[in-house]
Amino acid sequence: MENRVKSLLLAGVGGQGILLASDIICKVMMGKGHDVKKSEVHGMAQRGGCVTSHVRYGRKVYSPLAKRGDVDIIVSFEKLESLRYLDYLKPGGIVLVNDEEIYPPSVNLGEADYPKDIYESLRARFGAENVKVVGGPELAAKAGNRRAVNTVMLGAVSRFIPEVDAGDWKRVLTEMLPEKIVEANLRAFDLGRAA
Amino acid sequence: MLELMSGNEAIARGAWECGATFGAGYPGTPSTEILEAFAQYRGVYAEWSPNEKVGLEVAIGAAFAGARAMAVMKHVGVNVAADPLFTVSYTGTNGALVIITADDPSLHSSQNEQDNRNYAKFAKIPMLEPADSQEAKDFIKLAFELSERFDTPVFLRTTTRVSHSKSVVRTEERSPVADRTDIRHLPLKYVMVPVNARARRVEVETRMQALREWAETFPGNRVEMGSPEVGIITAGMPYNYARDAFPEYSYLKLGLVHPLPEKMIRDFASRVKTLYVVEELDPFIEEQVRAMGIEVSGKAVFPYTNEFDPGVIEKGVTGRSTAPAVTPPAIPPRPPNLCPGCPHRALFYALGKTKAFVSGDIGCYTLSYMKPLSAMDSCICMGASIGIAHGMSKALGPKGKGKVVGVIGDSTFIHSGITTLLNAAYNRSDAVFIIADNRTTAMTGMQEHPATGYTLQGEKTRELDFASLGKVLGIDSVEVIDPLQYKNTTEVLKRELAKDGPSLIISRSPCVLLMSKKADRAKPFFTDPDLCIGCKVCLSCGCPAISWKDFEKSGMPPRPERKKQKGIAVIDANLCTGCSLCAQLCRQEAIMREGA
Repeated sequence: MENRVKSLLLAGVGGQGILLASDIICKVMMGKGHDVKKSEVHGMAQRGGCVTSHVRYGRKVYSPLAKRGDVDIIVSFEKLESLRYLDYLKPGGIVLVNDEEIYPPSVNLGEADYPKDIYESLRARFGAENVKVVGGPELAAKAGNRRAVNTVMLGAVSRFIPEVDAGDWKRVLTEMLPEKIVEANLRAFDLGRAA
Repeated sequence: MLELMSGNEAIARGAWECGATFGAGYPGTPSTEILEAFAQYRGVYAEWSPNEKVGLEVAIGAAFAGARAMAVMKHVGVNVAADPLFTVSYTGTNGALVIITADDPSLHSSQNEQDNRNYAKFAKIPMLEPADSQEAKDFIKLAFELSERFDTPVFLRTTTRVSHSKSVVRTEERSPVADRTDIRHLPLKYVMVPVNARARRVEVETRMQALREWAETFPGNRVEMGSPEVGIITAGMPYNYARDAFPEYSYLKLGLVHPLPEKMIRDFASRVKTLYVVEELDPFIEEQVRAMGIEVSGKAVFPYTNEFDPGVIEKGVTGRSTAPAVTPPAIPPRPPNLCPGCPHRALFYALGKTKAFVSGDIGCYTLSYMKPLSAMDSCICMGASIGIAHGMSKALGPKGKGKVVGVIGDSTFIHSGITTLLNAAYNRSDAVFIIADNRTTAMTGMQEHPATGYTLQGEKTRELDFASLGKVLGIDSVEVIDPLQYKNTTEVLKRELAKDGPSLIISRSPCVLLMSKKADRAKPFFTDPDLCIGCKVCLSCGCPAISWKDFEKSGMPPRPERKKQKGIAVIDANLCTGCSLCAQLCRQEAIMREGA
């Protein structure tokens, strides 16, 4: 049997819930009998800076880091961060982008401009059908928890992993999240999945 | 049961499962979570020691008493602990002593990229290196067994990618723990005066020879034969990268990186046509293989610096990359930054204004060297700030009067600033020393220390008082300030810089991340767009909550009454913690607290 390992790259800014989201993907895939590995960043690398997490699953996974040009889905929790890791996407891969701008320091200070036309350049490069923009903040607010943007993005990702049912995702979400925010997060997941 | 665990969590789990009861160390990325996780298990004692040297000495004591003990630290922590390390190699351990070194290839969160495998060879201590979380759990158990069996301290080396990646681990129950602790008087073994140490020195070589023989039979050193065209000798995380890039080749995967199994290596080399060593950082294995007279390729094709990934291995072997030639567009960088409301911002803003040479140290506040604060001039290692400031001030003499400051965090001061402050007092320094006391070990994620009043396992304890300590050490002028009272901060700095003799300022305000746990956060601030004249003074403190809104780019109408004004500053109420620094800096009184 061929050992076909799938790779996801989650990217964004410290505090957006990226590490929890990558944990949830791992638990879902473990539940489906896959071997899984993921990478994280901690410490100095984290303070308000970029955060990335690679998630890989398959029959047997060796490296927790994906190779450049070998990622199946990039999930960017911040608009600009989607551009930082483009060289990781494989031909025909999917880019999911949360429609939210968080300014880096140079933009805050007025020394640099926040890039324009990010979606246009992504679509031109990877094809419109491979780029999906998700209104994370709006959908999270609609679900009743503004902090559930990461769960909205998980919902959006779940559409591109057709072999896993929504129920499997929801079981893991229910198991891993504090009880009082589960309901809003399940709504956020559904809204992301339908987006 | 199968669980998803980080390498660090797996090490803690393995230690607990095999009956280890004792852990000591000092927080440091990427090692911190090992002791944090271990401390949560029942039936163990775990402590944050003031630094790694103390942590190792404490663990040696526990091992002498017969316990299974571990000392946990990041790579540079082993430098601090090196003094006891080299001699405990002579004494042996009685119980078990495992030293965990977490190295940081790529310097994700460190000041250097040293390869601590060299310590194993240098101190003559065996070293195990796991490649993933399951091996991390298996190898820590094995490390305790080896330590008891060969009466030696044992290193377990991880790298950031092993410590902080997660993978599937099969957890087990705890083995029954027999209490083997007792007082044993063994002065010939433990009192390292020259005559005893000379005898132990011979024992060390005998032990290393026994370990070399054991290494040949250790199942963690294993051959995976594939195509005989290419053979790869590797260990730790790089094994995974190589297996990913070239599943078809043959592998000698080493679990023990010191000492090496020479017979096994010779045999493997003879069975393959081309031989590589794949290892991050130093050519540690490669040089030893070469010294066996075996032709091998390593650093000639793989980099010395930074961690690898499967792409690096592929490029090293084939000379080219299969990754598509996509150049990511030029985009603004997103460096780490002090949090909104961080009290260090106020202190370093004031320090920047003094134009003094600011000798800095290791912690979040090191970030203040970056623009726009630009308020730190050096940072070498834990505790170095005070000595460097003192030395500089002495060398400059009268020229340096009022122009040299040493700044150190609370946890870092406890780690290795106390003796150096004593030195500054003893040798009558003219520099000003500042403890940036945010009441926690912030950078590594809020660990307790002797001045927080709590231990790792949550016990209330004696709380160190920095002001009293400063006085006892011999500093005459000791001031405690709240850096967020900005005017007072600048006045105290000015006054202390003008004084003769050493001064100590304790700049005390809790880390904003500690505060965020409290419900009663201060109300955020906002800028009044009519009062803001666009002078950018508030932006110069570099708070992530404040941003510049350009009239032209944002489509806001310009000010007819202030034609030169290009825009205004705006505050994100979601990010603002209400620290008030920007309001104190604003000369227009354009920044106001919501609801005030």
